[in-house]
Amino acid sequence: MDMRDFVVRFAGEGGQGVVTSAEGLAQVSTQVGYHALTFATFPSQILGGPTWTQVRICVDPVFSPGDDVDVLVAFNQEAYDTHKDEVRENGVVIFNADEFDLQGDPRALGLPVDELARSTGNNRAANMVIIGALAHLVDMPQNYLDEFVTKRFSRGRAGDDEIIRSNIMAIGLGREHMAASGFSLGSLEDPVMPDYAQLMLKGNEALALGALAGGLEFYVGYPISPATTILLYMERNLVGEGKFAYQVSSEIESITALLGAGFAGKKAMTATAGPGFSLMSEGIGLGWIAEIPVVIVDVQRGGPATGLPTKTEQSDLMACMFPAHGDVRIPIIAVGSVEECFYGAIKAFNWSERYQGPVVLMTEMALAERAQNIPKPDLSKVQVQGRQVYQGTNGYRRYAGHELSPMPIPGNPGAYVANGSEHDDMGDTTHLPERHVQMTERRFGKLKLLEEDDYEVDKPEESIVLMTWGGSKGPALEAYNQLKEQGVPVGWRYTMFLNPLPPKLLEELKQKELVIVPELNYQGQFASILRSQGVKAEAITQYTGLPFKVRHLVEEVTRMTESRLKETVGV
Amino acid sequence: MSKKNAEYDFKWCPGCGDFGVRRALEFSMVDRLEETGLPMENNVVIAGIGCSGNLVHLLEGPQPYGFHGIHGRSLPIAMGVKMARPELNVVVVAGDGDFLSIGAEHIGPQASRNLNVCAVIMDNGVYGLTKGQSSPTTALGVITSSTPFGKLESEINPLELYLTLGVSFIASGFSSQPRPLASLITQGMEHPGFSIVHVQSPCTAYNDTYESLKGNAKKGIQPALWSIPDEHDPGDRAAAHELLQQGGIPLGVIYQDSDRLSLDQQVEKTWAKAGAKSVQELMGAFEF
Ligand SMILES: Cc1ncc(C[n+]2csc(CCOP(=O)(O)OP(=O)(O)O)c2C)c(N)n1
Ligand code: SF4
Ligand SMILES: [Mg+2]
Repeated sequence: MDMRDFVVRFAGEGGQGVVTSAEGLAQVSTQVGYHALTFATFPSQILGGPTWTQVRICVDPVFSPGDDVDVLVAFNQEAYDTHKDEVRENGVVIFNADEFDLQGDPRALGLPVDELARSTGNNRAANMVIIGALAHLVDMPQNYLDEFVTKRFSRGRAGDDEIIRSNIMAIGLGREHMAASGFSLGSLEDPVMPDYAQLMLKGNEALALGALAGGLEFYVGYPISPATTILLYMERNLVGEGKFAYQVSSEIESITALLGAGFAGKKAMTATAGPGFSLMSEGIGLGWIAEIPVVIVDVQRGGPATGLPTKTEQSDLMACMFPAHGDVRIPIIAVGSVEECFYGAIKAFNWSERYQGPVVLMTEMALAERAQNIPKPDLSKVQVQGRQVYQGTNGYRRYAGHELSPMPIPGNPGAYVANGSEHDDMGDTTHLPERHVQMTERRFGKLKLLEEDDYEVDKPEESIVLMTWGGSKGPALEAYNQLKEQGVPVGWRYTMFLNPLPPKLLEELKQKELVIVPELNYQGQFASILRSQGVKAEAITQYTGLPFKVRHLVEEVTRMTESRLKETVGV
Repeated sequence: MSKKNAEYDFKWCPGCGDFGVRRALEFSMVDRLEETGLPMENNVVIAGIGCSGNLVHLLEGPQPYGFHGIHGRSLPIAMGVKMARPELNVVVVAGDGDFLSIGAEHIGPQASRNLNVCAVIMDNGVYGLTKGQSSPTTALGVITSSTPFGKLESEINPLELYLTLGVSFIASGFSSQPRPLASLITQGMEHPGFSIVHVQSPCTAYNDTYESLKGNAKKGIQPALWSIPDEHDPGDRAAAHELLQQGGIPLGVIYQDSDRLSLDQQVEKTWAKAGAKSVQELMGAFEF
């Protein structure tokens, strides 16, 4: 049987090789032209603890981690017990026979992984034994693996040859054991090698690179899962003349230091998660009223307060769009794939310069920790917007009129007070009603500068539309493709620009009978925002801390579509 | 209303100490302009929220840049400005409530970092702008609008606090002496690190302390203020500590450690070690 994709879940204890095996499989596959996506969960404890990583290998580009597990690789008994029910019918379980014994599961094959690795003379080749066994299951040609190993370990070091030999031997041993067991899943179709350069990276890495490509100069942050990796990346790489990356002592410091840097002329960013974002509330309002460009990244996790630090959710939308008291509506870009993490970050900087204010870039745990192959961005095609700088003399009225005005940079003519109190046109505090009217209108009016034209659309004529946001894009897009094949009358819209929405998109949505919005929160936050703008939106909600399954979305959208069509006929 | 701006709608009460502090800061900034030749726009005044912070709108003559942010956060805003542009002269102006109550969490970290900004703190022992509530420097037992039966907690000694936290320049001044105060502010601005000039700046509306500060011989009131003798060595930490045990409020430079590098100097030092890579090179690490 020919297969177009397969899903492997590696489960065990932290430190048992769960992550290295998963990454190894993804690397082998992408190197020969498959597409791969890995999805990891973390134990909440520091050392050990149950952990799993899922890898999906596909002939076509992948959008989601996959609903069903074809193969479970269980490193210990607990992993087997926890995950065995997720293995699909006719799936396979590989278990580490050096670690535990398993009786009575006809799908299970015990591999003495460590012993086989030892027999190659290289204890560290254990994950290659597993990869060899997996390769046999889907009939992946041996030469793919040999090529991968040769390339990976040819590092110009003395021991390279020996390491290559032992790893190839380990793959062979895994393969033989699997062959002897008689298990097979079918034959994975040959990959189509993309004719463009690719990167394999996680969402947070793509976002960090995008920020740097967008001109980031100043980064401060406070450690918090799942945003910490961005801070660490910046501390290592945002260095050199005129650059600054630093761990401050709270998110209150982050946001206010950021505003100082933005005011001083720098492109500045911080990344945090819910708890830190909540602490930034007052500061974000200050950025809005004082008109200072900054980018705040919210890598969402689950629940209020400390909530679910290592799980995924899309429950911060309301908090991000309306983070502060006193009439604010903060621009939101919400990314939906690893690739969008890169381009969304650039866009966030462009937006913050274009309207001179804070922009919130929303992502989530499931994207932050997802590794995926993406086309290598062509930096020569990236458009980066700079600061509109005031070039005149003193006596400038920074906040005059209803339109955006160039920003003076400290050290140069045009001194003014950036003011968090309501102010007059030179930035001095005033409480005159006509000033508050002018400034309020000025602040909201600038949002018009962020209206974009393009968005994703398919089957524009359908009166029922599926439109998700953020990281639910993956499962929703796969669900949509299946619905389309099944002839369910539903169209597709998607944008990462949630506030302001592309005006043409909003106009279209307003004409529709029903807009179905899958989102990972209890209240249906985006659906609610759409309704407030005159769109007949209804949410599909989930709040398990895990991403949507494609199957669930197909069922729900089908059900909602059918019941809507019945209603219409009834009328 | 101010001279330069008809729309500005805040005024200090007659006799408010903040007038003198404003005068002193104007002196220091103009002196700096004359000495360094750098334009007034090279100065950035970061203001806290309170009667004191309104100083940023009331400065006369050539105008520096200003940032009037939110209550308690003038230090981290100043950090952002300074670390973005170390060549700027960054001055914080804030009250005792802003700096020592809601903003107290920021003093320790900036002291450890030795952030090169100068904070001018106007201590009136009360929340002026919100009309007379108790502040961290209000004494135990004092009746204020928010302590109808007397304040329940002890006052802090800000100068001791700064010394303990490791602030590398600490001076104490009085708003009625703008010239000597200006000299302290100038020394603070020139100090390569975190400097605090803590100023007694009485509030005539809610906590008029002029008499107790200056004394009144006729009423037999001894002045709380006293000048630090010339023999005091500000480089001597133990001596600084001792000075603060003598009671009253000493005026002058209490402590200065000029040997530590400031945060921007530390950053510059580590640049030498860190090789900056282009985005193209950084992407290369993920290419396969
Ligand atoms: C977050 C926040 N809490 C409370 C206030 C109200 N508030 C404004 S000024 C102030 C106290 C000011 O006291 P101080 O810093 O001593 O300044 P002064 O007016 O005495 O110069 C308070 C509590 C505020 N603006 N923001
Ligand atoms: S209330 Fe006090 S601190 Fe405020 S202006 Fe009046 S005298 Fe000055
Ligand atoms: Mg006060």
